[in-house]
Amino acid sequence: MMTVFNIILYSLFAILVGLIFLGIGRKVAARVHLRYGPPFYQSIIDVIKLMSRESITHNFVMDLGMVMALTGLIGTMLYIPIAGHIAFESNTNIIVIMYLMAIGHLGMAMAVSASGNPYANIGVSRALTMMLGYEVPFFTVMLGLIIYNQSSSVMVINLAQAGSIWNWNIWQMPIGFIAAEMALQAMMGEKPFDAMIAPAEIASGPMVELSGRYLGLGFLTKAVGVFVETALIVNFFFGGGTSVITFVIKQLEVFLIAVIFDNIFPRYKIEQAVKFLWIFPMGLAVIQLILLAI
Amino acid sequence: MFNINSLEQQDNQDKLWDKVINYFRKRSLWMLHYCTGCGAMELPPVMTSRWDMERFGIGPMATPRQADILLITGYSSVRTMKRIIRTYEQMPEPKWVLAFGSCTVNGGMYWDSYNVINNLGEYIPVDITIAGCMPRPEAILDSMLKLMDMIQAGEAKAFRKYKENYAYYKANQDRLFMERGPVLESAALRYVHEETEGGEA
Ligand code: SF4
Repeated sequence: MMTVFNIILYSLFAILVGLIFLGIGRKVAARVHLRYGPPFYQSIIDVIKLMSRESITHNFVMDLGMVMALTGLIGTMLYIPIAGHIAFESNTNIIVIMYLMAIGHLGMAMAVSASGNPYANIGVSRALTMMLGYEVPFFTVMLGLIIYNQSSSVMVINLAQAGSIWNWNIWQMPIGFIAAEMALQAMMGEKPFDAMIAPAEIASGPMVELSGRYLGLGFLTKAVGVFVETALIVNFFFGGGTSVITFVIKQLEVFLIAVIFDNIFPRYKIEQAVKFLWIFPMGLAVIQLILLAI
Repeated sequence: MFNINSLEQQDNQDKLWDKVINYFRKRSLWMLHYCTGCGAMELPPVMTSRWDMERFGIGPMATPRQADILLITGYSSVRTMKRIIRTYEQMPEPKWVLAFGSCTVNGGMYWDSYNVINNLGEYIPVDITIAGCMPRPEAILDSMLKLMDMIQAGEAKAFRKYKENYAYYKANQDRLFMERGPVLESAALRYVHEETEGGEA
């Protein structure tokens, strides 16, 4: 009973924080453009509006895929410690996280290709190609962390950095951090790696056929995705947090760096993006691995 | 002409819930702009730092499935009219239409043209028309704010008018497309040929 209650609480928290992050991100983007920008709770309004609209479904697979995308990411979130609190205790949660994180993207891919729209199919094929690009360097950095800490538990990595700022992994493995940050940019689909969304080119890619509730679920998936990805970076490199508040503030910093980069870069073509990801972040990750081994 | 009574009956139900949901609807309007006429140039100042419509939660969207507002600028020729109707019918409810420029009201300076419609409101239901040739960006922003007030008050329900009086709109659309068959003779022949072939099969 307690576990069920915990799961609901954790997922609501992640959704809420993710949506507020997206709103703050839009506000910051607006300030970069010298605009006033929407209020920080704009994303919450958007989702409530979308949930109240007429929704057009194409078939059962589309319904299933959208729900699978959201639950896949929420499932990932449950294995990530938030300032020492965790929904499911596990000794090997990095491996589980690696597996579950892909389910979100695969569910989305399933749902939108079921709609049969060619733009959606182009978007999905780009998103999956991009996944190939960022997962390799990101997991190489994770491997470095596992070797360094002799453990594949996020909690252990987290606790090893406790004490002072100088214990944080960002100082122990700075090159790996830069690699992970580049991969994170691609993972969140921000520019220069947003070829899968590209509103002016393929009409917002995977989202092209989604209306009403489905788009709302898509927004929630994006929000939880932002939460999961920033939480991973904070746990791995910024020493987690002593309280939930500091943890969320660190997440926000990581997210805002991504948003600012998003606003000052143009877009890579998909093959350029994968080439970049496999040369630079991958190279840095391998260098970090070699340095750790020495 | 329109069956107003039944519309009002529907509106008297669920008053409180509608008010709450209307607040969220008016604060988050996503716009699909269909700009084949003049006047697309007036949109960038509204979206960017000069007037910044995003502070009211209004933003451009890429496809009809995601959009709440269909903004049609300027004259629409018969050919684009087909696309406009198709786009409008693809949008999920609730949806609103803004018609921008004098051409959408009475044809403007193209009122006697052979391939341009005169009154957009005869073919799809229009919530707000913005008069002027061409209207300033401030007028667009003003119309959006007016639309927000109308949504909160529950007055913007032209999309229901379309459903209830579909026969009227459908007749107008059919008349438009019937009158304007293909112009070239060869194309007309092919048209007839395909018609008869389709009939046999
Ligand atoms: S109203 Fe004027 S500016 Fe607008 S489409 Fe017509 S002629 Fe062009």
